[in-house]
Amino acid sequence: MANIQETIAKQFAEAAFTEGDQLLVNIPDAKWHDLARFLKETPELSFDYLVAIVGMDWTDEFGCIYYLTSTKYNTHISVRVATADRENPMLHSVTDLWAVAGIYEREVYDFFGIVFIGNPDMRRLFLRNDWVGFPFRKDYDTDPEVNPVRLDHEAVEDTTVTYVEDETGKVVKKDVTIFEPDDFVVNIGPQHPATHGVLRLRTAVDGETIKKIDLYLGYIHRGIEKLCEGLGYPQTLHFTDRLDYLSAMNNRHCLCLCIEKALGLEVPRRAQVIRVMMDELMRISSHLLFIGTFCMDLGATTMLFYALRERETILDILEKTCGARMTFNYNCIGGVIADLDENFVADVKKFIEIMPKAIKEYNKIFTGNVIAHNRMDGVGVLSKEDAVSYGVTGPSGRASGWACDTRKTNPYGIYSELEFDEIVRTEGDSMARYKVRIAEIEQSVRILEQLVDNIPDGEICAKVPKIVKLPEGHWFQQVETARGAFGVFIESKGGTSPTRMKFNSPGFCLAGAIDHLTRGAKIADLITIGGSLDYVVPDIDR
Amino acid sequence: MEVTTKGMPYEAFKDNEYIEKLADELRANGTNVVVGSLDKLINWGRSNSIWPLTFATSCCGIEFIALGAARYDMARFGWEVARASPRQADFIMVAGTIVHRMAPVVRRLYDQLAEPKYVIATGGCAVSGGPFKNSYHVLKGVGEIIPVDVYVPGCPPRPEAMIYGIMQLSRKMRVERFFGGVNRQENREEFLRNHPIDNTEE
Repeated sequence: MANIQETIAKQFAEAAFTEGDQLLVNIPDAKWHDLARFLKETPELSFDYLVAIVGMDWTDEFGCIYYLTSTKYNTHISVRVATADRENPMLHSVTDLWAVAGIYEREVYDFFGIVFIGNPDMRRLFLRNDWVGFPFRKDYDTDPEVNPVRLDHEAVEDTTVTYVEDETGKVVKKDVTIFEPDDFVVNIGPQHPATHGVLRLRTAVDGETIKKIDLYLGYIHRGIEKLCEGLGYPQTLHFTDRLDYLSAMNNRHCLCLCIEKALGLEVPRRAQVIRVMMDELMRISSHLLFIGTFCMDLGATTMLFYALRERETILDILEKTCGARMTFNYNCIGGVIADLDENFVADVKKFIEIMPKAIKEYNKIFTGNVIAHNRMDGVGVLSKEDAVSYGVTGPSGRASGWACDTRKTNPYGIYSELEFDEIVRTEGDSMARYKVRIAEIEQSVRILEQLVDNIPDGEICAKVPKIVKLPEGHWFQQVETARGAFGVFIESKGGTSPTRMKFNSPGFCLAGAIDHLTRGAKIADLITIGGSLDYVVPDIDR
Repeated sequence: MEVTTKGMPYEAFKDNEYIEKLADELRANGTNVVVGSLDKLINWGRSNSIWPLTFATSCCGIEFIALGAARYDMARFGWEVARASPRQADFIMVAGTIVHRMAPVVRRLYDQLAEPKYVIATGGCAVSGGPFKNSYHVLKGVGEIIPVDVYVPGCPPRPEAMIYGIMQLSRKMRVERFFGGVNRQENREEFLRNHPIDNTEE
């Protein structure tokens, strides 16, 4: 840590440093792009993975906190960039360095109205293009009269704007074409069975070949992060179950970890073991649903029934303990909310027995199938460099050869004590993404095997004050969900509710990579590629 | 009059007063023997093969998938023919939160459904906005923009609850009058009056 600080301080005299859960560098906007380039391209730093951009409204100034990770050294750093101009807030874009920044910056623009100089596409991302105001600003007018429910369709745009600096340093607005007038544009979604939710893709095609995809999000944007700002910490927990509902346990685990980190709370051993077991059960159930729906998209309808058969067994186990099939509300600050069901151990043991047999069955039915190979082999190849640049984590990233499993790189809970393999493949195509998930189910079963007989006795929840107040500061925590690295950012001013809470969802980066992955592919491959990425749209939109 | 469906005992339904009231209202002026008998036959057919539109925005959609899979198996009831196009579907199961950006799309999907058409609002969000009702971008229930026939509460509702909800819809279909009732046809003038197109004189 000190080393990184020295290296930066030598080059950038303006940089100020703050210690927190990660080293925070304060830098004026004028120097930000130089620092970003320095952080990425200096060999002894090589921060090549942009984890998150958290837009902020500190009332006196707007700004962003950038979270960066070096995949080479597994080091982390955060950078704070701010602007005091509330009328026309502008920051410099880093899209040219990290590809994922393009979509992250659009999100910040949509919520805070911060314009990024150099970002090639400065349109709204989640909200309608005729939306009034920027909802995450602290002075946003929430009056429903300002933004009523509009039933007219929003105008379709074939152009966008970008802001660039000319030679004198003045910022000028420029029009950019998305689709040429003679492009043949097909609209896919938001109501389409193959987009796995309400995702809209405007697709320019040349015959069967995809030329470009323009992504429209926000058809299930619920403004969860803004809602959290008005609620107490225990009240914010339930939203995480509804983000990526297929990794509900993992998401909630992450938020609890972040709050516990801020409180300095020690979680009882029993609760930690239960949490990890629940996480792994959740991961298996999510991957099973992936197998079912993905194979159904490719025409193998039977696989849905096979995969959901095993998924129902998991849901039964979870339901006995949590009382619900989907939104469990199980983790809480300091541990878990209820003790395990008396049959839990026996049920899990039974499940551990049936799962390997079921996987054999899946492989027999589908994985070796000629049609499956023809549809998936070499389709949507993502190189390792692109995976890092687009921030594609989780099974999709590991299929491209990037060992990015948070459970291994930055273990949380009791993962450091467990024996399991990180599945990494090198092909990077749809088949690899599918196979990684099948193999991950086996690894999760392995984790369950190690824990099922070793659940310690004791408390299930630590002593937590009735009113949870976080000290002043900000924290960032990541966990590995079924889709990739899920992050939670909390900023507190010492009160009972956060001043900013940000959920950094893995699906968002996956969606951001669609355009890159599908260029030059056939339109039928779009279904394969989208399905194999396995995004969940409410997770993208939040 | 006992209105039931799919071999469910009449007493097993929880709101029989409602369906009886509806049946009485519809038959207040008596029923023509021929038309009434035809109605019964057609309604028997309609209510036993209700085709849903595959439409899901969030968690409830996953439970809808579970409903189609082996354990809950909605094929038992004749609802398994989920259509991707609203023009071929009988009802739209609004499964999940409806937000501002989605509202015109839902409205259009509803308009595209062929008459007679029905709506089931599934889950807390579609019923009332659910946990997100204070959000700047969420509708307080899909009832704000389209008429709803059956509300199924829950977050998300269990597949059993969804089955019950669709059964209620099936019962409603059974008591309705088909001829002169839901078998509505709009002529061109009527349609254009209800769905005005901008910048046109006629």
